[in-house]
Amino acid sequence: MKKDSSIAEIFDIDQKTTVIRPLFTCGVSAGFPSPAEDHIDRKLDLNELLIPHPTSTFFVRVAGDSMTNAGIAHGDILVVDRSIEATSGKVIIAIVNGELTVKRFERNLTSCLLIAANPDYPPVEITEETDFSVWGVVTSVIHQF
Amino acid sequence: MPPSLKKVFALVDCNNFYASCERLFRPELNGKPVVILSNNDGCIVARSNEAKALGIPMGAPLFKVKYLIAKHGVHVFSSNYALYGDLSHRVMDVMRQMECHVEVYSIDEAFLSLPVNKIWNRLDYVAELRERVRKHVGIPVSIGIATTKTLAKIANRVAKKNPQYQGVFDLVGNSQIDQILQKTEVGDVWGIGRRNTEKLNNRGIYTALDLKRADETSIRKQLTVVGARTVMELNEIPCISLEKAPPCPKSIITSRTFGHPISDIENLREAVISYVSIAAEKLRKQEVEADNLNLYITTGPFDEQSSYSNNQTITLPRPTSSTPDLIAAALKCLKSIYRPGYRYRKAGVMFAGIVKQGYKQQGLFAPAIPVKEDKPLMAALDKINGKWGRSTIQYGMTTDAEKPWSMQQAWKSPAYTTNWHELPVVKTMS
Repeated sequence: MKKDSSIAEIFDIDQKTTVIRPLFTCGVSAGFPSPAEDHIDRKLDLNELLIPHPTSTFFVRVAGDSMTNAGIAHGDILVVDRSIEATSGKVIIAIVNGELTVKRFERNLTSCLLIAANPDYPPVEITEETDFSVWGVVTSVIHQF
Repeated sequence: MPPSLKKVFALVDCNNFYASCERLFRPELNGKPVVILSNNDGCIVARSNEAKALGIPMGAPLFKVKYLIAKHGVHVFSSNYALYGDLSHRVMDVMRQMECHVEVYSIDEAFLSLPVNKIWNRLDYVAELRERVRKHVGIPVSIGIATTKTLAKIANRVAKKNPQYQGVFDLVGNSQIDQILQKTEVGDVWGIGRRNTEKLNNRGIYTALDLKRADETSIRKQLTVVGARTVMELNEIPCISLEKAPPCPKSIITSRTFGHPISDIENLREAVISYVSIAAEKLRKQEVEADNLNLYITTGPFDEQSSYSNNQTITLPRPTSSTPDLIAAALKCLKSIYRPGYRYRKAGVMFAGIVKQGYKQQGLFAPAIPVKEDKPLMAALDKINGKWGRSTIQYGMTTDAEKPWSMQQAWKSPAYTTNWHELPVVKTMS
């Protein structure tokens, strides 16, 4: 069921993109917009959708199934943007004890937690003693069938 | 002119760049000794601070330091120029996004000219730049600021060696400038090689301060106009453009912004051929060869709706300075990263893995690669182009059949950022 809704979402963005791009072309050109601008009818490029910041974007591969309930399965490729702030609720790549790990980041006034999407794995509380830092923020999942 | 009105340069230098690249995807190696080996795992070409502290010398053949490596559990990597090249371009791109005047000097160094027309805090600005590179790319850098490039290099060393400055140091209008120059050995001044150090020591010039106060005319006699320029630069008179800059032993770079954006591959190919020709000539002038080549093309960061940047590294079958071999490799890269429909504004070639000419250490089990002897041809080419101008004789299209070969790279890290099959792995539990 989850999968269905995410497909619908992608379709939405897809359509929007085709409409928006020629408009942007008008917006940025100084003179009259040329209908022959060669990038208007270029094929849709997933990079534009998934990677707004190529300089700070990396891909990583997932190992393990404790994030499956968050839509992140073993073998998936994650798009990770290092330039985004790791705010509460984001799925992040964290370095815990020298190891790269993917978790949901929850932060409130009193505590800071790394949460797996699996009840078998209790949340990891980050204290001052924890060897922890944020490596990047996950912005998309690439799941190939 | 008060110093605040002069042009100000910043040198941004990545800290232990190759080791930092390896650590980005292996965070458990932070704080541990790491060394990187040259082509064919011959000798040490880069070290982390911890490895330096263990007394592992730069350039040491691997077998000579094997006992140190085993004793201290040093992590050894074969060089992975696809990774270093990609991360290098990312570092430079972050700086371009913040600061338009970026002159890339080597794979891990760039000069910025900082604007001076507004009142601002230079140190705050470069500290922000440094933090941004660390956050966006994950590479730590040090930044030194001064009124000349030679002094910016020295400021950078101060920033790097003194943790209390947190990676940034400003020599502009600094009252301690002479004290700092006095503590800098003359051999560590930009462009003063080992041979010149000896000459200068014989004349009683031991420190950068001695050189600053030396008589320019006699220095010109001894070290030619290059040495005289260094003296002027130490006296805060900027006179070294990047074209005249001392050669970098780590990498050779030729990159230009096009007069007009280029969209078709034919024109890009011409640009690439000419850049490779220039860079290959630099190799031969320094009597060195490159063992890999990185090609970079970009639309620039400001074409938001249709921007594209990409780069690719090819490791050459053997170190070479032969223009046709290097052109063939560069065109192969171009073919694979070129995408039609973009307006390219800039291209660059970078040779890294620089070795001395004739350094042919082949892998024990690698098949011998037939060496194409074109040295006399290249010498003739350089002579003619030197006399009649750079583009008198140029290469057109070249084809070079693919050579099957293998190289010894026993400890090479994955191509984390350039190969779908070698992505870094993250665990979902810890």
